[in-house]
Amino acid sequence: MSKAVKLTAYLDGIGLIGPGLDSWLAAQPILAGTAPYESRPLTVAAPQSLPPAERRRTGLAIKVALAVAQEAVAAGQLDARQLAAVFSSSGADNDNCDAICKTLASEDRSISPTRFHNSVHNAPAGYWGIASGAMTPATVLCAHDGSFGAGLLEALTQVAVEGWGTLLVTYDMPYPDPLHTKRPLPAAFGIALALMPERSAQSLARIELSLADDAPDALAEPELEALRRAIPCARGLPLLQALARGTETRVVLDYLAPLSLAITIEPEHRG
Amino acid sequence: MNSLWLSHFTAASCLGHGLDATLAALRAQKSGLAPCAFETVTDLATYLGEVAGVDQAPLPASLAEYECRNNRLAFLGLRQDGFSAAVESAIARHGRRRVGVLLGTSTSGILQTEQAYRRRDPASGALPDDFHYRTTHNTFSVADFVRTAFNLEGPAVVVSTACSSSAKVFASAARMISAGLIDAAIVGGVDSLCLTTLYGFNSLELLSPEPCRPYDVDRNGISIGEAAAFILLERPADSLDADAVLLLGAGESSDAHHMSSPHPEGLGAHMAMVAALKAAGLQPADIDYINLHGTATPSNDAAEGRAVAALFGDAVPCSSTKGATGHTLGAAGGLEAIISALALQQGFLPGGVNTRHVDPDIPIQYLTANRQVAPRRVLSNSFGFGGTNCSLVLGRAV
Repeated sequence: MSKAVKLTAYLDGIGLIGPGLDSWLAAQPILAGTAPYESRPLTVAAPQSLPPAERRRTGLAIKVALAVAQEAVAAGQLDARQLAAVFSSSGADNDNCDAICKTLASEDRSISPTRFHNSVHNAPAGYWGIASGAMTPATVLCAHDGSFGAGLLEALTQVAVEGWGTLLVTYDMPYPDPLHTKRPLPAAFGIALALMPERSAQSLARIELSLADDAPDALAEPELEALRRAIPCARGLPLLQALARGTETRVVLDYLAPLSLAITIEPEHRG
Repeated sequence: MNSLWLSHFTAASCLGHGLDATLAALRAQKSGLAPCAFETVTDLATYLGEVAGVDQAPLPASLAEYECRNNRLAFLGLRQDGFSAAVESAIARHGRRRVGVLLGTSTSGILQTEQAYRRRDPASGALPDDFHYRTTHNTFSVADFVRTAFNLEGPAVVVSTACSSSAKVFASAARMISAGLIDAAIVGGVDSLCLTTLYGFNSLELLSPEPCRPYDVDRNGISIGEAAAFILLERPADSLDADAVLLLGAGESSDAHHMSSPHPEGLGAHMAMVAALKAAGLQPADIDYINLHGTATPSNDAAEGRAVAALFGDAVPCSSTKGATGHTLGAAGGLEAIISALALQQGFLPGGVNTRHVDPDIPIQYLTANRQVAPRRVLSNSFGFGGTNCSLVLGRAV
């Protein structure tokens, strides 16, 4: 018995950061195939929206998460305080995790309070709340390599069932060695999507998601495809590529085998 | 929201394995907390709520790659109270893709990594070959383990919002069922003792040197516990038993205040409770008992107490059961939903243990003894680091 449940939302803003992909704005021609992809180390600024004391405590995962969240909210001309949030990542602050494990394996197991509160998987969501002032629901998910799909599914379920505007924020960063050898994530990456229940003047596309069996789409550009395969949240790239091209289409994204996510995209044509 | 039925549930905590042991301890107002004697920890003067027998309960060979304390505790929980048989029956009714797995954890199998770092190769610094990241350390590990153990093929996820994790899974599962993505969900949480939380809470000076005393005027910190709590959540059957328990509402909010301190006025907690009541279509006067988050830190209990008093006054009996179970962190929401369900089924209000002098500055009706009153609807609070809040409303079906 298969019920073809479809979840619908309007996509009002996108945030993107990755190696050679400085922002959604800068990356659109690269993803659309009209400009070449050139890999280079990712740079991300400390979030100015945080008070200085908190800003000093942010590691790379938090910076990436807040940067893409901010880009998506600004692009959609949205009030972050009105949006629910779904954060999803395979890890979190992976440098912090390594530092704690090293300390706990040493003679002196004292870890600092900042290290500890940054160790929770929901640290980026906590900093986002402080930065944005949003007191709305925020959930924080993990589904290993399926973390982008799990986040998108939860966000669209919120939009469809609760009628909320929901900000999806997905992000990953590398582990240092020795964990890097066991979980080789090559670079930091982040994708954010502002998903709304109603069409607005900022809407880029109407998207409709359903669970599927199809194999996930690959990217033609070999270096981008390598990122998609290696970084959990980069598994959302085929969706961003379709949005960059601006044509009506269907894409299939990775989720949890045997399930994938099929998404139909209808671009909003704005004057 | 549409009510959902907690058709089967089970818990393992320091109170014991399964519902009978849990209920007996609650009835006797027993605490499961004992002086810390965990792993190699010799320098922390604190009490722990350790689950007995986890080390003696290895996983079956087919699931050996998931071997770690957290998944052992999960497996121990799944085998209690006929829970696995209930899941198999739900799979037979609904199908492998229609039963979701949504579990909370804060630290997953991180103990495995902490121990592996001690066994790093002295020359290369490499982790040992027998360390498996995906199936132990990764935050998703416990949901992946449960999905694999039941050969499920549907949606699965871990919610990891520190100490509200396994309350928030109820809200996510209810949405997925409402959307029609799934027909039933295994929800709850599993969190197990590890060095990160012990030394981390110690760094924040939040570990009590005695069994924790929630809402006591002299409360001085938490006692860390561990638990596995599993609930099978489904649409209500056409006819329900007299003792059937329903999820009536869930409410979520964020403090937007501080990473490790609650909003001092309990504003986020207040918003979560209001949202849960609204989702349930109820008023504060409809609630007969509140299972408090009640961690026994000075700031949590003051902020939560303020929020409860603002919404309920002192009209509703309240208690924290963390004096009995310890703070089971990512499993607390699930464990306390089960304790709330037992209170509804068995017709009693569990009094908080270890609390000698209730804080007179917190104007709520805090119970220190069990009360033989049958509640019809209860509210359970779970709040966490990062300012993440979730309240659940549970009620009797009849």
